[in-house]
Amino acid sequence: MRIWQNITAVLALSLVAGVALAAGDMGEVKKQAVNVPAIIMFLAFVAGTLGITYWAAQRTKTAKDFYAAGGGITGFQNGLAIAGDYMSAASFLGISGLVFINGYDGLIYSVGWLVGWPIIMFLMAEQLRNLGKYTYADVVSYRFQRVPMRTMAATGSLVVVILYLIGQMVGAGKLIQVLFGLDYTYAVIIVGVLIILYVTFGGMLATTWVQIIKACLLLGGATIIAFGALYVATGGSMSPEALFRKATEVHAKKDALMRPGALVTSPLEAISLGLALMFGTAGLPHILMRFFTVPNATEARKSVFYATGFIGYFYILTFLIGFGAIVLLMPADSGYMITNAKGVLELKGGQNMAAVNLAQAVGGNLLLGFISAVAFATILAVVSGLTLAGASAISHDLYASVFAHGNVNEQQEVRVSKMATLVLGVIAILLGIAFEQQNVAYLVGLTFSVAASANFPILITSIFWSKMTTKGALLGGWLGLVSSTLFVILGPTVWTDVLKFGDAIFPFKNPALFSMTISFLGIWIGSIMDNSENARQECAAFEAQDVRCQTGIGAEGAASH
Amino acid sequence: MMQQDLVHAIKSNPKYHELLTKRKSFAWTLAAVMLVIYYGFILIVAFNKEFLGQPLSAGSITTVGIPIGLGVIISAFVLTGIYVRRANSEFDRMTREIKEEVL
Repeated sequence: MRIWQNITAVLALSLVAGVALAAGDMGEVKKQAVNVPAIIMFLAFVAGTLGITYWAAQRTKTAKDFYAAGGGITGFQNGLAIAGDYMSAASFLGISGLVFINGYDGLIYSVGWLVGWPIIMFLMAEQLRNLGKYTYADVVSYRFQRVPMRTMAATGSLVVVILYLIGQMVGAGKLIQVLFGLDYTYAVIIVGVLIILYVTFGGMLATTWVQIIKACLLLGGATIIAFGALYVATGGSMSPEALFRKATEVHAKKDALMRPGALVTSPLEAISLGLALMFGTAGLPHILMRFFTVPNATEARKSVFYATGFIGYFYILTFLIGFGAIVLLMPADSGYMITNAKGVLELKGGQNMAAVNLAQAVGGNLLLGFISAVAFATILAVVSGLTLAGASAISHDLYASVFAHGNVNEQQEVRVSKMATLVLGVIAILLGIAFEQQNVAYLVGLTFSVAASANFPILITSIFWSKMTTKGALLGGWLGLVSSTLFVILGPTVWTDVLKFGDAIFPFKNPALFSMTISFLGIWIGSIMDNSENARQECAAFEAQDVRCQTGIGAEGAASH
Repeated sequence: MMQQDLVHAIKSNPKYHELLTKRKSFAWTLAAVMLVIYYGFILIVAFNKEFLGQPLSAGSITTVGIPIGLGVIISAFVLTGIYVRRANSEFDRMTREIKEEVL
C-alpha cells in the first residue's frame, strides 16, 4: 500500500513539474497552452488504472495469471481488449488525418486493416486457443524442435514489438507535447514508467482491463466527435450527402475527394499493401497473446466477432471525423489553419491533429481535454500490451525454453518476465528519445510487413500443413524476417526518403507480396528436402496435434465437461 | 502430448470426420469469400478508379465507392458473425458429442 501511495505521489508530482517546466519555455517550442480539463481527466484515468493494477496485483500469483489473466476473460471482454490493442492512437489520428488530406483514400487503408480479422476468425482463433499456452511460439514449437523454433518465434515477436514501440513512443511524446504542453522527454518517461507499473504488478489482468477501459473511452469519444461534427457541419440534418457536398466545396481536391486517388498507384503495390495489412494482423504477438486469456475456443471465436464489430465501427467513425474536419477546420477563416514557414496554409499541429482540433471545434475545451486524455490513454494501453508481449517472448520463450531447457519453476519465469518488462520499458523510453527527430511513419508499414512475412507464414503452416518440418520452418521464417526488413530498407520509403541515398534498389514500397512468397517457398522447399529422422517424427506428430487443435482435448486450461 | 490410443479413438470416430469436413469447408469457403470481396475491391481501386468515382444517383455527390467501401467493412463483420453462429452451436455440439464418446 505504502509503495503505491508513494508511486502515485511521485507521478502526480512529476506531471505537475513537467507542466510547470513546459509552461516556462512555451515561447520556443510550438506547444499548446496547458489544458487543465485534459490534465484532470488524464490524471483520473491514471489513478483509475493504477487502482486496477493494484487490484490485479492481488490476483496475479501464478504464471498463468501473469501471462493469460488466469484464462478467465470472457469473449466480450476480450473482444473489447483486442479492439483496444488494435485501435492505436496512430490509427485514430493517422487515418482521420489521411481522410482529411486525401478523402476516399483513407477508407482503403481502413478496409485493409479490418479484413485481417475474419481470416483470423476462420483459420486461427480457435486453433491458437487449443494449441497454445501463453505465446504464439507455443503453437509453432508444438511438434517441432523446441530451441530453434522458439528462438526464431521470439526473435520475430521482439522485432515486431520493438518496431511498433518506437512508433508508439515517438507518437506519444509528440502528441503529449502538443496536447498537454508537456516536454517531450518528460512525456516519454511518464509513458515508460506507467507501463512498467501496469505490466510488472498487474500482468495480463491489469493490461486487459486498461485495454478495455481505453477501448470504451476511445469508442465513446470518437462517436461524440464524429456525430457531433456531422450535426454541426450539416446544420443539424445529419445527412452524409450534405457532409460530403460541403467537404467537396471546401477541399482543394473538389470532387476527386470522393474517389480513389494517388495513394494506390500500381496494382502490384496495391496487392502487396493489401497482403501486409491483411496478414500482418495475424502475426502481431500482442494480438495473438489475447487468445490465451479466454477459457475455450467458444469464447475465442466470440472475441473475434466482437472485436471485428468494434474495429469496423471505429473505422467508419474515423472516416466521418476526417470529412467533418474538412468542413469545419479547412476553411481559412476557421481559426484552425495556420500559415507555415513555407507560406502554405496547413492544419494547426499538422494533419494528424485533425481529430483533436475537430474535438475542440465541436465540443470546446472540455471535449478537447477529453480526447487528449483518451489519446494519451490509448498510447499507454497499446504500449503496455506490446511490452507484455515482448516480456513474455523473453521469459517464456527465450529464458524458460531456450536457455534453461524447461528446468525453471513458474515463480522464476514470472520474475524474469518482470525484469524483462523493466528492461523493455527503459528501452522504449530510450528509443523514444533517440527517435524524436526521425520520421517514424514508415515503421507501421515495416511492422506489418515483418509480421506478415516472418510470423504469419510459420504459424499458419504449423497449424495446417502436416508435412512441415523444423528445417523448413526455420528456413522460411528467417528468410521472411530478413527479406521483409531488407526490402523495406532498400525500398523507396527508407532508402530514398529517410536515408536520401537516391533511387531505391528495391522498387516497391510494400514488400509483403515478395517477402511472404519467399517465406512460404522457404518453408515448402526446406520441408520437402528434409529427409531426416526428426522430420519423419514431426510429420507423424501432426496427427495428435490436429486432434487437439480440432477438438480442444488436452488444451491448456480446457474446461472439463 | 496426447496418448496415441486416444488419438486413434478420435480419428476412427465417424463424427470426428464429419466435424472436420463440415468445419473445413465452411471456414475455407468464408475465408475465400472475404478474400474475393477484399481483393475485388483492391483490384477495382487499382484498375478502375472511375467506376468507384461515379455518382451514386444523378446529381448526388456521394459516389459508388462509398457504399462499396462501407460494404466491405460490414461484410467482414457479417462473415465473422455467420461463422461464430454456426461454430458455437453446431460445431461445439459435435465436439462435445465426440468427447463424450471417447473420453
